[in-house]
Amino acid sequence: MMERGLVRFLFLILAVAICGAASVFQPISDSHRSAALDVFVPVDGSYKSLEEAYEALKTLEILGIDKKSDLSSATCENVVKVLPLSSSTLKDALYALSVNGILKCKSGEDVPKDIVSKLQTGVKEAKLLLDFYYSVRGLVLVKEQFSGTDISLGDAEAVFRSIKALSQSDGKWRYSPNNPESSTFAAGLAFETLAGVISLAPSEIDHSLIQTLKTGITKLFDSIQKYDDGTFYFDESEGPISTTASVIRGLKSFAASESTGLNLPGEKIVGLAKFFLGVGIPGEAKDFFNQIDALTCLEDNRFSVPLILSLPSSVISLTKKEPLKVKVSTVLGSKAPALSVKLAQALSSGSKGSSVINNQELKFDAESATYFLESFPKNFDVGKYTFVFEILLDESANEKAYITEAQTKVPIAATGAITIENAEIAVLDSDVGSVESQKKLDLTKDEAVSLSANHLQKLRLSFQLTTPIGHVFKPHQAFLKLKHESQVEHIFLVKTSGKKSELFLDFLGLVEKLYYLSGKYEIQLTIGDASMENSLLSNIGHIELDLPERPEKAARPPLQPTDPYSRYVPKAEISHIFRIPEKLPAKQISLVFLGLIVLPFIGFLIGLTRLGVNIKSFPSSVGAATSALLFHGGIGAVLLLYVLFWVKAIGSVHDSKGTVFAGSVSVVRRTQNTVSPRSSIEQAEICLKDIYSSL
Amino acid sequence: MVKSTSKDAQDLFRSLHSAYSATPTNLKIIDMYVVFAVFTALIQVAYMALVGSFPFNSFLSGVLSCVGTAVLAVCLRIQVNKENKEFKDLAPERAFADFVLCNLVLHLVIINFLG
Repeated sequence: MMERGLVRFLFLILAVAICGAASVFQPISDSHRSAALDVFVPVDGSYKSLEEAYEALKTLEILGIDKKSDLSSATCENVVKVLPLSSSTLKDALYALSVNGILKCKSGEDVPKDIVSKLQTGVKEAKLLLDFYYSVRGLVLVKEQFSGTDISLGDAEAVFRSIKALSQSDGKWRYSPNNPESSTFAAGLAFETLAGVISLAPSEIDHSLIQTLKTGITKLFDSIQKYDDGTFYFDESEGPISTTASVIRGLKSFAASESTGLNLPGEKIVGLAKFFLGVGIPGEAKDFFNQIDALTCLEDNRFSVPLILSLPSSVISLTKKEPLKVKVSTVLGSKAPALSVKLAQALSSGSKGSSVINNQELKFDAESATYFLESFPKNFDVGKYTFVFEILLDESANEKAYITEAQTKVPIAATGAITIENAEIAVLDSDVGSVESQKKLDLTKDEAVSLSANHLQKLRLSFQLTTPIGHVFKPHQAFLKLKHESQVEHIFLVKTSGKKSELFLDFLGLVEKLYYLSGKYEIQLTIGDASMENSLLSNIGHIELDLPERPEKAARPPLQPTDPYSRYVPKAEISHIFRIPEKLPAKQISLVFLGLIVLPFIGFLIGLTRLGVNIKSFPSSVGAATSALLFHGGIGAVLLLYVLFWVKAIGSVHDSKGTVFAGSVSVVRRTQNTVSPRSSIEQAEICLKDIYSSL
Repeated sequence: MVKSTSKDAQDLFRSLHSAYSATPTNLKIIDMYVVFAVFTALIQVAYMALVGSFPFNSFLSGVLSCVGTAVLAVCLRIQVNKENKEFKDLAPERAFADFVLCNLVLHLVIINFLG
């Protein structure tokens, strides 16, 4: 329920947005055709249900897209399966018959007997409106599709009365006799059902019954809702598109089934057509089908066919001297009968009430089926207008079938080239007002004017804008931008008074606004308007401002907003600072000193032999000698261990890349070189990894 | 003041040499060991003076190892000397054991300091 409410709310917003944006309604065109192929996409050559298949096939058929051959085999299989099945519901049977009507899976004499009897009992036993709808519509379809049948409702009038019993006094209908809730959507279904009953009836239905039904329809139109731009619609819990489409479908069937004719208010019928055209291209299949189906009903009906006035372009360029083109067609874009279009009024949005063009008839070009206004009066100026068109049907006979809006109001923008004259920029002395320096400007191209001023002077910029017919033109946007070197920008509006557009900048009063920022300011002028074909953005040059020092308390210039995307830019690369490696001597020098170190030891050994060291007391007995040798051997082994460690023979580190020697001289020295005392443990790890991988 | 000549110096050295000849051999070995350690230290100091002190901790441990050994050897000599009455109760084996132990401790520290 909530979801539906939300959808309706969104739809309302959408509708308001559409209506606010433009009230020019274009008939259905190629954009709908291409969108239809995207909206109605079959899965594996068929649609999920027969209902969806019917909606897709019907829409594509109306739009003239032939996809029947692609879809027929799989869909027909489904139809043939459902039709004779006694277990299938009335709804399935109805949609199977609907699809069959388009694809012609079964036809001719081959009447599905089961389904006919099922539908007939359905009509007899029906209590609910939907049961009546499915079974009566089903029988109508069987009658249309299979030539060899003569189905008629014997008790047509009784059926008619029992359906009529569900109607309410306000023109709406109830779904079931027990449910007091009435619905406009149900009214549409009821009209269709009753139309079916009338066509199936063997004899004519009582006129008074039909007459009360017609008054019901008139009452139903009292509950119609309206937008400001003249569109009408019915709204209910099914959504405005479904509800309005249901009513229009019902009215079309009802008008087709009986002969006396329906008299519906023409303005509202045009409003309904405009409602469906104003929807644009719906994204949902159901809405798409309802829109196209309802428009088809309006295109070909027996009460009144609305004609839509559309403009290929709502902009008139006075420089290009293009004629104003108007097209009149039915809602689906087919040709309108002979008629004439009159431009009743052309109201300028600026001056209220005065009309520039009055009662001018548009010429008709039969080849392009376009009505056009070739020349505009001399006093037709640039600006925004509201054109009021009137359509007059030529033959009086057509007036009954076709209806048009009494007046179609279309917003038109007339554009032209605006002449810019007497553009100049000057620096004035503030106290006496004498001109210090003055430059003529050509605003059509960028200039490089160079000015300088201090805070006691003024800047004056002036120019004159005139429309093609020589009136003063007041642009919608005209402003001057001063941009300091530090990217601080200031925008000043240029005011138009009398003939001139002028801007005075008194720097004395502006010092605070300029944040006391002296230096070079770039000057940029923007003049823009919707009806100005030569809108411009011109770099005039620069001005060197000499402003007083910023006092302590004055506001600082705001920080320039940083680009919000800059945070996704890669960060600056971290450059690690390592300790500069110590200078090491040449290897040879170190080796020489290593040799020198050995010399005292050799001298010591020589001295020992000179002294004639007594080693006689070295134990000679086996046990003592062994332990003495073990002792000395142990010390020797310790020393040997040091030596091996020194020459990288032991002390390995295991790592994923294999076994490497740690603690060797080179490793120790390299780690000393590369790891700074401030580096984190991660950096040290990276460093060590690097060393191991290089070993 | 008596004027010193080269002859006096020669006499001084001769008497010193003859007096030293009487020193027991084991003390002479210790003396030579001390000289060896001191010379090794001197070479390292010369290296530092000529080439540079980097890596300084290695230099320090090298020199201190030599000097420490020399000091310990001197201590051993004092204890082993028969004429030194102060340690007459101390057995030379015990003195040597002390020397070895102290050396071990010293070099344990030295190795850790080596970097």
